[in-house]
Amino acid sequence: MEISKSNESTAPLDRADARVAHANSIADQLKAFLDRVKAGDLGSLPVIVGLVIIWGVFTYMNPVFVSPNNLVNLLFDCATVGLIALGVVFVLLLGEIDLSIGSMSGVSSALLGLLWVNQGYPVFVAIIIAVLFGVLVGALYSVLRNTLGMPSFVSTLAGLLALLGFQLYLLGSTGSINLPYGSQMVSFGQLAIMPAWVSYSFALVPGLFILWIGLKTHKKRIATNLSSTGTRGLLIKVVLLTAALEGCAYYLNLSRGVPWIFGLFVGFVVVADYALTKTKWGRSMFAVGGNAEAARRAGINVKAIYTSAFVLCSSLAALGGILAASRLASASQQAGTGDVNLNAIAAAVIGGTSLFGGRGSAWSALLGVIVIQSISNGLTLLNLSSAHRYMITGAVLAIAVIIDSMARKSRVSHGKA
Amino acid sequence: MKESHKREPQALKPLLELKGVYKNFGAVSALTDINLEVFPGEVVALVGDNGAGKSTLIKILAGAHSPSKGEIFFDGFPVEIDSPSAALSLGIATVFQDLALCENLDVVANIFMGHELNPWHLDETTMEARAWTLLNELAARIPSVREPVASLSGGQRQTVAIARSLLTNPKIIMLDEPTAALGVAQTAEVLNLVDRVKQKGLGVIIISHNMEDVRAIADRIVVLRLGRNNGVFTPDASNEELVGAITGATDNAVTRRAQKVADREDS
Repeated sequence: MEISKSNESTAPLDRADARVAHANSIADQLKAFLDRVKAGDLGSLPVIVGLVIIWGVFTYMNPVFVSPNNLVNLLFDCATVGLIALGVVFVLLLGEIDLSIGSMSGVSSALLGLLWVNQGYPVFVAIIIAVLFGVLVGALYSVLRNTLGMPSFVSTLAGLLALLGFQLYLLGSTGSINLPYGSQMVSFGQLAIMPAWVSYSFALVPGLFILWIGLKTHKKRIATNLSSTGTRGLLIKVVLLTAALEGCAYYLNLSRGVPWIFGLFVGFVVVADYALTKTKWGRSMFAVGGNAEAARRAGINVKAIYTSAFVLCSSLAALGGILAASRLASASQQAGTGDVNLNAIAAAVIGGTSLFGGRGSAWSALLGVIVIQSISNGLTLLNLSSAHRYMITGAVLAIAVIIDSMARKSRVSHGKA
Repeated sequence: MKESHKREPQALKPLLELKGVYKNFGAVSALTDINLEVFPGEVVALVGDNGAGKSTLIKILAGAHSPSKGEIFFDGFPVEIDSPSAALSLGIATVFQDLALCENLDVVANIFMGHELNPWHLDETTMEARAWTLLNELAARIPSVREPVASLSGGQRQTVAIARSLLTNPKIIMLDEPTAALGVAQTAEVLNLVDRVKQKGLGVIIISHNMEDVRAIADRIVVLRLGRNNGVFTPDASNEELVGAITGATDNAVTRRAQKVADREDS
């Protein structure tokens, strides 16, 4: 960008229009944020408020809920469904759905048990084969979607049944395969905890990263004659975030600490978030989800985008199934059945990813799965059956969707939808 | 604006040439034996009634539909425009009537859709600066390029769509009803913009129902009727001639009405 000398004295490129109010100070930014919320641009605010309420209620009813030890258990449980929910985020962003994720995870845990325990292949070979099978299934869905125009709702419903059948076939008459206790695979799912110093260092990373990126962007914006919000707000944000994360790490380290399996899940979320927000592929995902025809006319390979989303979803479901097997130390006929499917979809939606495409983020998988697992964990502590759990999870999902559609209406009336 | 410009299109090779293009949708022939030439630095207006095939023709050139039959030459070479990206890489940019914007994305993302800088780590700063430069060239009034397009007015969206078409430095720009949703000042801005684009030596194809606009900017007016060529006019053609060609007869609703008004005035 060459900017002539005479231009430098004038207002930044994006501040040339005098009619528009711009948030310059930190107080202004706070006010702008509140205005956005009022206009229905809620982001992840509802799920965070919801989480505070849920945690408050459960702690009131049974103080054990917020004990560090229980929270560590909670995090152990989050990773499997969370990883599946992360895959669901990709298909939901395109306005598509994958109903077969539960069966897919069940098949992949069965493949793991069969290949590793029964056939004696090395564990990583079994994992790779299971994930490749997920890639294959996702590719099949995208072929059905792209060439035959089959709605993903139907193709994945068919997939749900077919994969469930395949899982039962693989497991045969025995019905379940136990993974050996004491193997790395099982201890990763049940015991492996980061050393305290590792968790403290990981908690530092996001703050430092945001600071680095923020300063770089600030410099570059000034250099290209664009306005910049300055570094004070950035510093406050980084300090608050780092303090919060270190606080969490400290609290969890009072008990056992942060599970590696949760760390792996968060790692996937971070990579997915980067891919969705900072790469051309991610931008194309949002474009196709928002207006597929417009994306096609802009030269985006829409079919390839659909393929990537279905493949990612199925292979993440396969990986989730492997984590589930290591968490339960078994591959059984029950794996991936029951509420896994709907919990994963509900987690993505509760976390703030729209069912209609074009809106959402990778973080919604993390936030949503924490909500779902908190409910399940809290009700177990209260000695309530899964009957109650289903009903309450259903109610929370309904509330999440109601908030989403109310926010959408508000955005429309504020001219922002 | 003062640069000397060779206004001798006929002496040049046509930038774009269509020979005998047909398009059928099932039993309906939307286009029949269409011939069209566009020279560099020339504004060709495409006029015709609703259903005359203007938008279909634009979509064929944009790669959104493929022709059933016929040849397209670009820069003298036969080409096949089988996808929107093929059209863009040839240098044919299109502003569609429905604008084809993604409402959930912000202005910068819409302008750079499919052409993002630095695919593995989007260069947001440079893209934003370039977006402002493009928008300022069009004298656009956009409050913030970081708002989703959903919050913009019709005219603002139109400007975003035009800015996007200029991004790839095309050789031909096609505008499908660019002024239909615009106010008086913005219409003038768009017409000025078309003039500027033309002076750069680009070819422009513009669809409009507004004869005043068409006459103001077009070098040639090509009339389509029921999917066929129905005459080529210069901007100084009379309104009766144009309307006659568009509606297909000297006896039509418009002339009858003019007759009625004249009769009333006589009596």
